[in-house]
Amino acid sequence: MNMVNIKINGMPLSVPAGTTILEAAREFGIEIPTLCHMKDLNEIGACRICVVEVKGARSLVASCVYPVNEGMEVFTNTPRVLNARKKTLELILSTHDRKCLSCSRSGKCELQTLCHELGVEDEGKYDGDRKVYTLDTSAAHMVRDNNKCILCRRCVAACRQQFVGVIGPNNRGFETTIGCAFEKDLAETACIHCGQCIVSCPTGALAERDDTDKVFAALADPEKHVIVQTAPSIRATLGECFDMPVGTNVEGKMVAALRRLGFDKVFDTDFAADLTIMEEANEFVDRVKNGGKLPLITSCSPGWVKFCEMYHPDLLENVSSCKSPQQMFGAVIKTWYAEVNGIDPKNIVSVSVMPCTAKKFEIDRDDQSAAGVPDVDISITTRELARMIEKASIKFTKLPDEQFDNPLGESTGASVIFGATGGVMEAALRTAVETITGKELEDVNFAAVRGTAPIKEATLNVGGMDVKVAVASGASAAHALLTRVKNGEQFHFIEIMGCPGGCVNGGGQPHQPASVRSFEDLKALRAAALYNDDASKGIRKSHENPMIKKIYAEYFEKPGSHKAHEILHTSYVDRSKDYAK
Amino acid sequence: MDEKKSLPFNGTPEQEKQLLQVINEGKTEKGALMAIMQKAQDIYGYLPIEVQTIIARELGIPLQEVYGVATFYAQFSLYPKGEYKISVCLGTACYVKGAGDIYDKLQEKLGIAGGECTPDGKFSLEACRCIGACGLAPVLTVNEDVYGRLTKDDVEGILAKY
Repeated sequence: MNMVNIKINGMPLSVPAGTTILEAAREFGIEIPTLCHMKDLNEIGACRICVVEVKGARSLVASCVYPVNEGMEVFTNTPRVLNARKKTLELILSTHDRKCLSCSRSGKCELQTLCHELGVEDEGKYDGDRKVYTLDTSAAHMVRDNNKCILCRRCVAACRQQFVGVIGPNNRGFETTIGCAFEKDLAETACIHCGQCIVSCPTGALAERDDTDKVFAALADPEKHVIVQTAPSIRATLGECFDMPVGTNVEGKMVAALRRLGFDKVFDTDFAADLTIMEEANEFVDRVKNGGKLPLITSCSPGWVKFCEMYHPDLLENVSSCKSPQQMFGAVIKTWYAEVNGIDPKNIVSVSVMPCTAKKFEIDRDDQSAAGVPDVDISITTRELARMIEKASIKFTKLPDEQFDNPLGESTGASVIFGATGGVMEAALRTAVETITGKELEDVNFAAVRGTAPIKEATLNVGGMDVKVAVASGASAAHALLTRVKNGEQFHFIEIMGCPGGCVNGGGQPHQPASVRSFEDLKALRAAALYNDDASKGIRKSHENPMIKKIYAEYFEKPGSHKAHEILHTSYVDRSKDYAK
Repeated sequence: MDEKKSLPFNGTPEQEKQLLQVINEGKTEKGALMAIMQKAQDIYGYLPIEVQTIIARELGIPLQEVYGVATFYAQFSLYPKGEYKISVCLGTACYVKGAGDIYDKLQEKLGIAGGECTPDGKFSLEACRCIGACGLAPVLTVNEDVYGRLTKDDVEGILAKY
């Protein structure tokens, strides 16, 4: 590697050529502050927070985009640099709605943190004209508040990375706002509700729609039987909201916290993930044996499903008719569970904790109410659960580890990996291969579909037949893979997740500042917690889950039965004409 | 954008054919968007959502990206020009002599914002920079007619002539 010698604050350092000053300083233990920068995604050098002094340079330079060169001398903390950064913050604040006390991002806001660190004393120093924007609350999953937008364009980059690109800068200069084409509301566009813009936003300008009050109200209602389910990935991420290291599995504390919040039953979406595998593997085997439409494409991710409905409606027949695990779980609660326990489904409030903002859209979709009432009543994100725990004064890190309630708390290693890209495919293969061959798998690990690559492919020999599978995560990767399918490439089974890396990197997951998102592999660290959990489980195949066996024996009869279809499957609509793309 | 205020789009098949040809010619070139938008505006006179949608679809980019460019540059217009195009000079001399008030009064009387066109297609309004008639400040033009030494009370009389 070609190395260059530079000095940072007088100390010599040797770094690879092509490194930016920002990256070099990081090696050196100095984390130069940034606001607009996101590595590989938004490297536009626009916000000027990361400026440093370079000896001989005419002006301060933006370290996030300025490459090092031989003999360069950099100064990162001179009064000139610190004053420039402070002034930039003061100017940003001059048009910023500074209601920090009531802001959902308070404490996790990158702008607020920088103002504190750089010693901004007068937030109103440059007060002058300020535009007042109305909130965009049109979409089911989020609220856009341009009064808190600092025009960093990280959300724009995230949205375009997702192939969707429905938000971007409109107008010019002082009039610039981030918005949709022709100033339409988000709900009128081809937004897929993935929430990647929210986790990219440094401030409180973009936030999920907060549904926590609805949950508190349900919990306080003595007439209601309130049940909660938690998605596979929540246990791998919730700890981050309480300053625990990325990738800490907090399943036990999460269950304990939910019980202390007052839920009547604390169940695990993992059970429904196993159920999904039973239905989906059956659907796959059926399509293979009976010449059905292939490739079969998974349907767990509501962001992906909406993307398909908007951008690839001609492939909707390929999408599995299985409801997502969230919806299957809700449907089982309102049918089987209600019957067995003699509870009127109308008196059950079914709450889900999801890594996902699109789940808020999914609960209101058509054909998602098996018992004539919605399968899931309220869907909250990981962040909202953390907010509830804080509001209820529950000291999360001090909680004991507790177990999910039975019977719907029982799950397998196959289900827990649903939270990572490739997990659904691996879980499905464990069941489908054994179903087709009738023989027990020697090794349940399918390494070829693991990892955070946007597209993964493998060809497996199953009972003498070559089965070609592919996994895509992120809507752009999905689009690329589907384009290949349309061009005639043959696949049998495809897993698609709407967010890059799958649910562990979902739009409802804990905020991490750009400094972490740019330089740590969040997707891999969080996924590792799930794969470790899988490896430690006694039962690692969905069809071996004893509760799954029981529910088929007592209620659904067999996968793909008439009853299973009525309760556990759904339908899709072509939305390609309805929205501005 | 308030759609009630704008004229209905009445592009012809010939215009669309021309537009598609322009897009096809420019498509392969990197950074072709602005040139294509300029030519599209030559064809239609403005860039309504229908035209921008075709450009976005054919180039395989989000509509917002086209709209973002259209609203960034003053040369692009989202609205058609009226039968009578009113330009109010907001150059320094005119501005200090009260051209801003005249511009406001016109917006109020016509019921449109600067850059827009009345629903009947009769008047469009825009601000312009110095037209070299500072001696007559404040100045406005209606097509080729020049009106100078105005006060805001003259506005109604001028509109009545058309």
